[in-house]
Amino acid sequence: MSTTVAVLRFPGTLDHDSAVRAVEGLGATAVEAWHADAELPAGTDAVLLPGGFSYGDHLRCGAIASRAPVMAAVKRHADAGGRVVGICNGFQVLCEAGLLPGALRRNATLSFVCRQMELEVADDDTPWTSGLETGAVISIPIKNNEGAWYGDPDAARVVLRYRDNLLGSTDAVAGVANAAGNVMGLMPHPEEACDALLGSTDGQLVLAGLIA
Amino acid sequence: MTQVIVTVMPKQGVLDPQGQAVAGALGQLGFEGVGEVRIGKRIELAIAGDDPAGQARAMCEQLLANALIEDYSIEVPG
Amino acid sequence: MSDVPLHRQLGLTDDEAALIPELLGREPTDPELVMFSLMWSEHCSYKHSKPLLRGFPTTGARVLQGPGENAGVVDVGDGIAVALKIESHNHPSAVEPFEGAATGVGGIVRDIIAMGARPIALLDSLRFGELTSARSRHLFTRSVAGIGHYGNCIGVPTVGGEVSFDDRYEESCLVNAMCVGVLGPGGILRAAAQGPGNALVLFGNKTGRDGIGGASVLASAELDEAEDKRPSVQVSDPFTERKLMDCCRELAESGTLVALQDLGAAGLTSAASEMAAKGGVGLDIDLDLVPLRETLAPAEILVSESQERMLAVVLPEKLEEMIAVCRRWDLDATAIGSVTEGENLVARSGGAVVVDLPARLLADDAPVYEVPRVPAPAGIPLDLATIPEPADLAAAWADLLARPNIASKRWIYERYDHLVGANTIRRPGGDAAVVRLPGSDRAIALTTDCAERHCEIDPRGGGRASVLEAARNLACVGARPVAATDCLNFPNPEKGSTGWRLAESIAGMAEALTALDVPVVSGNVSLYNESATRSILPTPVVGMMGLLERADSSVGHAFADAGDVVLLVGDDGVLDASEYAASPGGALPDVDVSREVAAIELVLRAAEEGLLRSAHDVSGGGLAVALAESAMAGGVGVTAEVEPGRRDDEVMFGEGGGRMLVTLAAGDVARFEGLAGPAVRVRWLGEVGGDAVVLRIGDNEVALPVERAREAYERGLPEALA
Repeated sequence: MSTTVAVLRFPGTLDHDSAVRAVEGLGATAVEAWHADAELPAGTDAVLLPGGFSYGDHLRCGAIASRAPVMAAVKRHADAGGRVVGICNGFQVLCEAGLLPGALRRNATLSFVCRQMELEVADDDTPWTSGLETGAVISIPIKNNEGAWYGDPDAARVVLRYRDNLLGSTDAVAGVANAAGNVMGLMPHPEEACDALLGSTDGQLVLAGLIA
Repeated sequence: MTQVIVTVMPKQGVLDPQGQAVAGALGQLGFEGVGEVRIGKRIELAIAGDDPAGQARAMCEQLLANALIEDYSIEVPG
Repeated sequence: MSDVPLHRQLGLTDDEAALIPELLGREPTDPELVMFSLMWSEHCSYKHSKPLLRGFPTTGARVLQGPGENAGVVDVGDGIAVALKIESHNHPSAVEPFEGAATGVGGIVRDIIAMGARPIALLDSLRFGELTSARSRHLFTRSVAGIGHYGNCIGVPTVGGEVSFDDRYEESCLVNAMCVGVLGPGGILRAAAQGPGNALVLFGNKTGRDGIGGASVLASAELDEAEDKRPSVQVSDPFTERKLMDCCRELAESGTLVALQDLGAAGLTSAASEMAAKGGVGLDIDLDLVPLRETLAPAEILVSESQERMLAVVLPEKLEEMIAVCRRWDLDATAIGSVTEGENLVARSGGAVVVDLPARLLADDAPVYEVPRVPAPAGIPLDLATIPEPADLAAAWADLLARPNIASKRWIYERYDHLVGANTIRRPGGDAAVVRLPGSDRAIALTTDCAERHCEIDPRGGGRASVLEAARNLACVGARPVAATDCLNFPNPEKGSTGWRLAESIAGMAEALTALDVPVVSGNVSLYNESATRSILPTPVVGMMGLLERADSSVGHAFADAGDVVLLVGDDGVLDASEYAASPGGALPDVDVSREVAAIELVLRAAEEGLLRSAHDVSGGGLAVALAESAMAGGVGVTAEVEPGRRDDEVMFGEGGGRMLVTLAAGDVARFEGLAGPAVRVRWLGEVGGDAVVLRIGDNEVALPVERAREAYERGLPEALA
């Protein structure tokens, strides 16, 4: 049986299709999970919150989406040990929902930044870095306006750090996990780095964590 | 230094996409009876000199508000 | 109230105002007069440019939809059809650059959506005054912010475009946006309304007092004084646009719609009259049913330019389903009327008929004018003696690399999401962007170009040069040009030589397009770009699309390996109208279309045969800048030898000549030369290698270390904006 990954869709989600392609590229099955539904699709093994501008980033990035009905089901899934990854806006939603520590603030550049970035693995003992060694460097693009993670790095499980802390994240954090490691969020876009034709396949190493 | 509070709001009649999105979300969360929602900015300034309100007005005209789409109000508490 | 007659306040000439009662057989109502004034404007009717546009080639085996619809559509093989169009939003961007540029992107995206296509790429062609001007810095940075805000929020990658700065754009900046989309399984949707009895549905945002310019003259007579302060700036709402995109994709794929049209300039008036006129049917609209953000007069509802709205014709039995899909996407959708027999557009308010006229009078029957064609005197060749020859050519080279018109545009494109959708194969910064067609092995390449300085001196040559540069940019990534869209930005065509320049530019573009066998499938005209003191340069922007049958076969401009041979394809350049000379006027050699097309064909053939390690168009800044750009991109130097000319700076920085720089493995040079016909000049320049760009001109050697070039190239734009 292949792994079934529920890919969430909110109004304003932009990366649903590329996330589905990335998931399918890993040999898993992708199903759409709609924001207004109270349950995740039957048979969901793992959850992916893709990037975008859910609800136009209004009020605070991810704030409105984090209160959507489907998020209660995502919480139950995570509490039961199920794997959840949030990318970019999905990361912001997970922080707003209290599933991950910290918050995302305006970039130190005071601008949107779209750039290929080098990330260093800070913790190889998570499902999302199991194919990597601590200290390994991977190349994945960022594209965000409010991507500077703010929080207490000692109280969080830092998984990935930027080699160049362009956005001004606390402790150069690019991705964090919950204490158990089953929930992770990151600002870079691994689904945009799953095809050699587009310049990098390093994203597959991270998203492999969706497959138990 | 005098404390001055500037409130910048979208002009009446100008589309406020942010207010519209929040109004929709409040409805989905079950808050009934919410009409129009409008969202602006509050800017707190400490200003030296004799005419802090006049200074703040000039700042609004030149920078803090976009007169084409935003109105502003100035409050000098205390 | 003013003593000026209402029709003049609305922008209609006395002759036009006299024509309306003749056509109607009665005096128009006030709302009808407002509708005529907008639909008969240059923006909606192309009344000064229509006769000239007929010169463009518009047909071809790939053309599924030519000009006249919301966008053109071409067949790119593999069962895939692609929609494309470019459009201007110049004046709104000069008034409020952030919202003006943002709503410009929104408008062109809705044109693509209206064809039933899913937008997959955006490009922007921008012109501003010199960045030494605070006003131009403001307009430029806020326009870029607005484009980024909108494109980033709707999830369509901004993959390319171009910008240049010249003080003739100081008072009239240009913001042109191009969008490309892929048709879904539902095929092409068109704007023609059909089937009397079908419902007319308005969906998307509510209607407010956005963008009501001329019509406010009338509204102020109808409304209370207290409501007189009416904003006319359109505010963008990309979140709603994204919902519209997703909703329309669902509607198009399920075959729910009979016809679809976006609401742009002149709002409901334009959308409804075009849908009715194209379909040869009538439409009956109840204005009381239009969802409003605030109280509006009937004429205001008819011409409001509130953004993020679409108009659809739906079968009555599908109406409920259509509205349910809109609701699922949190969008308002309201049946505001129906398709009727006959040809009249009827609008009711409070039970009374306020508009009742044949739709074609608005959509098709605007008077057409021939522009005066007063030739401008031929330019005088640039006197090289007026340009001091630099003592340090390497320093002049570095300075040129740092000029905003030449320097890296990273400051711009890193503010745009150019990757969303995970299809961007060649990112901004090269000759053309390359975007994979989802679900296919094919890819398209996209570019926008314009040789506006050339157009000023010699509009026919400049028209040719604009098209040929676009084609060279596509050839350099290995893509065969297949279709074009154009945005003709000019000053007032009724004054001076502008009408002649417009006609000549179009003729020159048409010659080059015909020679390349590239049809124009859509376009836009923006006239009157001038202030009391200054007019813009003639700026006919060409958006061109090329096709790669194999997405993995594209070529980049970065030098690859040391030892690769560098060849120059094409003729010599001159300093007239060049970035280096930076002096107005000059005279340029004739653009030999067949020679330049032969050079393009050579590079295309070489790319198709897999011979090219890199290819790069030689454009602004000439050969020296092109060599430096390829060296910086590849992180490796080059040594090139060229024959001396009149002066070394002309050899280095001269522009034109239809040139491209290609590199090949040493063993492939003979094959490449074998592909070149007698009409193409190919010169051996040298070899890739080392860490400096070295130019040997006869006995003189000029060297610029790659890192010094990069420092200048990356510093230029941020420094100009600091």
